[in-house]
Amino acid sequence: MSPRQLGIGVAAMLAVALVMGLYALRMRGRAQTATPPANEAQAVAPPTAGPTEAVTLYVAHDDSGTLEEVSAHIPLPPSGQQRAEGVLRGLLRVYLNSSSPHAIPAAAEIRSVYLVDPGLAVIDINSEFANNHRSGVLVEELTVVSLVRTLTANVSGISRVKILVDGHERDTLSGHADLSCFYDVAAMNQLAEQISAGQ
Amino acid sequence: MRHWPPAASLSLRLKTNTLPFIARKAITSLVLPLLVVATVTATWLFSASDERRISIYSTVANYSLPVVERDGHDYVGLLELLEPLGSVSATTLGTRWRLRYNDVEAEFSAGENRARVHAGNVHLAANFLLENGRGLVPLASLGSLLPPILGGPVSLHEASRRLFIGSVAVHFTAQVGGSNPQSLVMNFTAPVNPTIATEPGKLQMVFTHEPLVAPGSPSLTFQSDVIPSANYEEENGAAQITVAGRTPLFASFSNNGKTITISPAPQPGRTANLQAAGQPGAQPAAPAPAQAAPVSLAPPVQANAAQPTAAIASPTQSSYFAVLDASHGGAERGAALTDELAEKDVTLAYARRIRLELGALGLNALVLRDGDNTITLDQRASQANAAHAAIYVAVHATSDGRGVRLYTALLPSSAPNNGPFLDWSTAQSAFLPRSQAAVASVQAELQKQQLPVLVMAAPLRPLNNIVGPAIAVEVAPPASGVADINSFNYQQLVARSVASGLIAARTQIEVPR
Repeated sequence: MSPRQLGIGVAAMLAVALVMGLYALRMRGRAQTATPPANEAQAVAPPTAGPTEAVTLYVAHDDSGTLEEVSAHIPLPPSGQQRAEGVLRGLLRVYLNSSSPHAIPAAAEIRSVYLVDPGLAVIDINSEFANNHRSGVLVEELTVVSLVRTLTANVSGISRVKILVDGHERDTLSGHADLSCFYDVAAMNQLAEQISAGQ
Repeated sequence: MRHWPPAASLSLRLKTNTLPFIARKAITSLVLPLLVVATVTATWLFSASDERRISIYSTVANYSLPVVERDGHDYVGLLELLEPLGSVSATTLGTRWRLRYNDVEAEFSAGENRARVHAGNVHLAANFLLENGRGLVPLASLGSLLPPILGGPVSLHEASRRLFIGSVAVHFTAQVGGSNPQSLVMNFTAPVNPTIATEPGKLQMVFTHEPLVAPGSPSLTFQSDVIPSANYEEENGAAQITVAGRTPLFASFSNNGKTITISPAPQPGRTANLQAAGQPGAQPAAPAPAQAAPVSLAPPVQANAAQPTAAIASPTQSSYFAVLDASHGGAERGAALTDELAEKDVTLAYARRIRLELGALGLNALVLRDGDNTITLDQRASQANAAHAAIYVAVHATSDGRGVRLYTALLPSSAPNNGPFLDWSTAQSAFLPRSQAAVASVQAELQKQQLPVLVMAAPLRPLNNIVGPAIAVEVAPPASGVADINSFNYQQLVARSVASGLIAARTQIEVPR
């Protein structure tokens, strides 16, 4: 190797090192600014007018520890993701009613539902939903099963469901129901049937 | 902290006098500046990720702050340091920085190593720095600067960056006692909650939040073949006790977190009594292992996860019939059952009561959290798996509904098992039938007492991580209301039924793994 080639080689390696350093710096800055602000605008609300569609909601009842199958007509957007969000927001409206059989926090919202191939749905709830949810194994389980069962009953092709809080992973809903896992829809549906039947 | 060598110290062994002009030009005009920039960038990136901190312990709060290095000296922000301790404010007037803490005033000048506090002067180990309105004082001067401001004594461990304000130190004693096996009993003057990690030959406890101080000698030796020594050291705002062991060790808490007992973890063929301190009951006849136990993959790594995984991989006999897990604890209070009653206290009371009931029937049980300390779900699963008991029972409590709810694991979508290694999230799968048998038996006993019982699967960790029969018991209030959920009579009724149910299912759950 000639001295000239050696010099050029060293220069090239140092240039690569510099570029990689700057790239790492840029990525670090991007990661630090990636966290969305707390007051980020909420997802677009589903339409409150227009043609309605019959859906099945699985409504939890705290007093009996069961799920009730309820038919409802709600206006739904056509696409899969917006439809999924509309169905779950329809369920939340039932729970936010003053005569709700399963009260949830007043500020609880579905931020988004992402439908990811193959068969994965990600439900993103807001932090008020989780932070102010009542704490207990049964009461948290009823919320989770109700959400998952209602979603999968009205949107086909979902085999796994993940729940995020404000876009982030969280260990539990409010100290009990596990949110760190991917729910197996078949197992959840079986559980929902068990709960609906009241044992 | 990692230091990268400065650009000037790098030795490029090039015969520059033989290089053609263009190569020399490239090195001098392009390469060296690039090298400097790359070195500075890398130094900044790596040093920023390795933050140094000082821990402050006081009667008001225990907290830690970042330490910055300026001109070879460690500095800390004085305003941030005092904020948790009292009313504090600061104003900047040119190069002067005035601080008011409660009724005490202090004045510092940027670039000077003398400060006026109250009516006197304090000499600083290095110049006071003012950065964007933030007053930085040398860490080494905190021992002399803070007493006149706080009006009381402070003790600074400068090398380990630990600051003790007032009489807050926690002391401990350690002695080996018992026989077959011997165990190390460590008594602390206040509850502690260290991060515990085990590795072959030692068990390490790191005390980040506790003002633990060294014993008379940092090196302790014991007349024991099993636990020959322990060592105390301090580093980067934390105290650490390392216990040397000739067998895998296992730590358990008692006495409301003031006592840590370190014992050999259960071993194959060992018939030792690993009974926890104060725990009644006789040694049960353990089943002979007929096959190798499946091994559960370790949980996702967490920085603070204590994982006594050494015993997980070994087929073993256990001294315990049941592991009773009082859910929540420490900073994690669980549900607020009433204004005064936290779930963590009720679960502990029920776990201890069930242990008593099992003990009265001649069976040992280990209460996993036998004090008010925080344990992660992974730690609970690891410790339960290491104990190799016949059954794991998680205890919860709620203010909603009536009676008792019984749960088995609802298994999540999982990764496939890999040979003898089980997926951590579905380690329970092979044991579900036995868990369900235990639930059915407990349900029958509760119903005999006319208690309403609800049975179902639940996505409730760490049930799905347990390598063995595992159930959860959620105690709801009696008919008389939530105020009586922790009453002696209701506790005894529920605990006795649960214990009877577990014993009735013993032949179904206590089969070789």
